[in-house]
Amino acid sequence: MSVREYLDRFLGDESETGTPIQRIVGSDAALVVGLLLAVYVVFIAIGTVLGYGINGQVNALARLTFLTAVYALAVLALNLHWGYTGLFNIGVAGFMAVGTYTMMMVSAAPDARVPGLGLPLWVGILAGMAAAAFIGLIAALPALRLRADYLAIVTIAFSEIIRISYLSSTLQSFTIAGTELGTGGGGGIGIQNDPDTVILETLNAIPGIGSVIGGITSVAQNAGVQPSVVNNWLYAIVLLVFVVAFYWLLARIGNSPFGRVLKAIREDEDVARALGKNTNLFKIKSFMVGCALMGLAGILWQGSLGFVNPNTFLPQVTFFIWIALIIGGAGSNTGSVVGAALFAAVLFEGPRYVANVASQTLELGSSPSTFAGAVGALFDLEVATFFAYALNNIASLRLILVGLVLIWLMQNRPEGLLGHRKETASSIPLGRPTRDSAVTDGGEEQ
Amino acid sequence: MSDTADTASATSRDADTVDADETGTPDGTVTNEETTPPLKVQNLRKTFGGITAVDDTSFEIEEGKITGLIGPNGAGKSTTFNLITGFLSPDSGTVELYGQDITGMRPYKIADRGMVRTFQIARELSDMTVLENMMLAPKHQRGEALWRSVVPGTRAQVMEDEQDVLERAWEMLDFFDIDHLADEYAGNLSGGQRKLLEMARALMTDPDILLLDEPFAGVNPSLEEKLLEHIRELREQGYTFLLVEHDIDLIMENCSRVLVLHQGKLLAEGPPEAIKSDERVIEAYLGGEVE
Repeated sequence: MSVREYLDRFLGDESETGTPIQRIVGSDAALVVGLLLAVYVVFIAIGTVLGYGINGQVNALARLTFLTAVYALAVLALNLHWGYTGLFNIGVAGFMAVGTYTMMMVSAAPDARVPGLGLPLWVGILAGMAAAAFIGLIAALPALRLRADYLAIVTIAFSEIIRISYLSSTLQSFTIAGTELGTGGGGGIGIQNDPDTVILETLNAIPGIGSVIGGITSVAQNAGVQPSVVNNWLYAIVLLVFVVAFYWLLARIGNSPFGRVLKAIREDEDVARALGKNTNLFKIKSFMVGCALMGLAGILWQGSLGFVNPNTFLPQVTFFIWIALIIGGAGSNTGSVVGAALFAAVLFEGPRYVANVASQTLELGSSPSTFAGAVGALFDLEVATFFAYALNNIASLRLILVGLVLIWLMQNRPEGLLGHRKETASSIPLGRPTRDSAVTDGGEEQ
Repeated sequence: MSDTADTASATSRDADTVDADETGTPDGTVTNEETTPPLKVQNLRKTFGGITAVDDTSFEIEEGKITGLIGPNGAGKSTTFNLITGFLSPDSGTVELYGQDITGMRPYKIADRGMVRTFQIARELSDMTVLENMMLAPKHQRGEALWRSVVPGTRAQVMEDEQDVLERAWEMLDFFDIDHLADEYAGNLSGGQRKLLEMARALMTDPDILLLDEPFAGVNPSLEEKLLEHIRELREQGYTFLLVEHDIDLIMENCSRVLVLHQGKLLAEGPPEAIKSDERVIEAYLGGEVE
């Protein structure tokens, strides 16, 4: 059986019976949960090989869940642009930057190193989403009137302009109407009450939930898991709730007459126009909603660390999100989550783990400090030294791996894992209305 | 393409909205004034660089009839279609729909006013199912408003509307005998089936006038006959058709009036018999090159 057939069978083609997994548990949710559990098992196994203690194991899974969730948020937002509307946005990092920076500038304390307005976090989050949507509008207005590829050029240019603007010393600090503000320039910008802190504080403040969290923390502590690790898990779970909310929102947007027009624009905009749809308006709405969600994703992701600088939002971030979308399959929201989980586990965290296992088990000796040193060792047939060097530079290797995966996907499965599924855009099931005597005519001949 | 054209269309659009409010939207089926033609084109002109694709063309089509538009390759038929439906803006001249100026209006506005076109090469939405294609078309679906599709209370209304749209879609598929393809991706249909789908989809918008650009190109004879039957049946129901077609016999048999374009100009117009015997038409088109 070819890989392709296997994937088709495993992930479900168009058969009504569903995938093996779906037949067992019955839904996309089961597919995602099953995938996450499988990834956990693998990572626990690797952690055991590496001799992680319970604290390390639990923390590694928390980090993995965090990464899966934040990528899922960003990929879902991108799926609205590309998967549904066919808008080629390669400036995701820029919109995330606008959301995050705006949130920090609005909610950072006025006496912080980089002073902010000191407004509550939720105001900052809403402002961040609004700002990202607004920047999206500005980017979209000229570009949406042109051919699709121009939007790509405009968005990546915007993304870099945004990043470099935040880097600029001109905007490092400025005063508007007597209020001192700033972007912090290359030094970055920070916030005391970041989303992570505030959300966990809020949860703890709710009497019922607070005591449950307290209970879990003390049980965990007895088992050898530090409270900070429990907090990491809590925030990761909060992010998963956001993923569910994103999914819910996007499924409603997609499965509606509105979503149908978006799909038609993706397929052939002229047809939608010929049928009386004001496609520009639909495209702008779709783009702004997606950008707002990217802004929120940025806030919950980078913003939760309490500190960002412009280099947090390099174009590489955009490309990682795109690759996760391509793996999962553009056009499918479930695919977006699956792609995010696989990307986070296999391509993002995986290489580091593999490198750790390899360097622990293989006794490769010390790594040379330069590439020349490593290659030079090859000539002396010291493959191990080269290997050690490669493992030491796993971050760069990750890019190579990502590229290989991309090439393989483009050649063998360009539609991604779930992109081939028939997910019809309508708010109701599309069977023939029952009061019709359906069986009398038509039939299934083809 | 050009900013000036866009601004021009924007202003004319605004003017037209006011217009529409004053006169009310014509609804095709009952026209108060017998004299207002559904579509009237006056002195239409369009040049591409040095080539004049449509040159000072004027014509009208009649309510509830099938009008044929013929002409040799490069005569300007498709350009005329694009000018009428707003996909191109004319350099000069006017297009009137039920007496209202729609010149240079955006395509979606024109479709919205009841004149819907199909394309020369069937443009199905390949990665959408046949039913999705059909359900896309109805105009002014309440669920096309983003908030209404999302907010829990209003989504119930959207779903009710969808039920109606779905039923109409199935009826239309039945009418065109492609109901067995309802769940198929449109991209998997044969050429002829795509033509059927495209016409069925256009009808879902509830148009008054249908502009069909070579609806029989690449369609096998039996399907062609079926398609013609549908068109005749729809004409009985009161639809107005403008048909671009290469097959002269077909045009002559089915159209009540024929327009002949040649080198961007209207060469002749009239009932099929008159066109058949028109010397100029024979020379320019039917009889091939007579130098």
